Amino acid sequence: MGDLWWGVLVVCVGCYALKLAGLSVPPVVLEHRLTVRATALIPVGLLAALVAVQAAAGDREVVVDARLAGVAVAVACLLARIAFLPMLVLAAAATALTRLVT
Amino acid sequence: MSEADDRTARRAVIRDSLGVGVGVGLYGVTFGALGPAAGLSVWQTCALSLLAFTGASQFAFVGVVASGGSPLAGALTSVLLGGRNVFYGISMAPHLQVSGWRRWATAHLVIDESTAMGVSRPTTEQARLGFYWTGITIFVFWNLTTAIGAIAGEAIGDPEAIGLDGAVAAAFLGLLWPRLDSALTRGVAVVGVVLALLLVPVTAPGVPIILGGLSAVVLGLVWGSRRG
Repeated sequence: MGDLWWGVLVVCVGCYALKLAGLSVPPVVLEHRLTVRATALIPVGLLAALVAVQAAAGDREVVVDARLAGVAVAVACLLARIAFLPMLVLAAAATALTRLVT
Repeated sequence: MSEADDRTARRAVIRDSLGVGVGVGLYGVTFGALGPAAGLSVWQTCALSLLAFTGASQFAFVGVVASGGSPLAGALTSVLLGGRNVFYGISMAPHLQVSGWRRWATAHLVIDESTAMGVSRPTTEQARLGFYWTGITIFVFWNLTTAIGAIAGEAIGDPEAIGLDGAVAAAFLGLLWPRLDSALTRGVAVVGVVLALLLVPVTAPGVPIILGGLSAVVLGLVWGSRRG
């Protein structure tokens, strides 16, 4: 089995186990203040890092390229409260167009 | 509440849940298209939607792998993001009251949207309606559109020509956006971005996401507890 399949397996088993745990554990175990805070912040930190890397990481260097145009359009869409799917299409179009003309 | 009112309320919950379910389910097509772009096979892409079934975690795995990170680094990021589903489960459990095989089946539907559409209802029955209608609708459409996207993605071949890499960054931003509702979360997000970018030149691909993201969380926790 290749590395990718192992990764897929870990994701599937791990994510399902977490969902099942939530329905199974007595609430008191996880209602600790620090745990609640950490769980609220983990998606924020990871998603922010994912945005940064996806938008500006090259091969071990920070690069400014067409992807940034996609992110800029996405910000405009989010501010204008445009739905998720049209936002992705517009961001992809902005990235592709910028790439075409630069 | 009269019986007629009750029926109207139930119908409204189902209608809203279907709307959210179809809308969210449709963007499975972007996830599907990303799989092959990151080097996953159509089967691996579909397996993630079918078995992991939690959007942000799936995008994270594919995103890390696409940026050159190891599958294990991708899986770690992905499972860490899935941690929030534990708390969704805890908040839905009193409404759902499931045990045995029903709990095993219901657990799979515990995601952002099903919880959001279920947890805020005035009655237990409406909470269940919102949760199950949203969860099942998304599950059906998400898997269908993932398969379509994966097959199309494999056919397109060059994902960058259609700007798919820019769309992935936009997708993560779209998932992050609703969480930026306080000074603390906005601070953590900014620090996460800066740390990740600082780590890009000096660490292996995939590491900036985990190390940068989690360092921002730790700083956020310290800052949050100092402010009381």
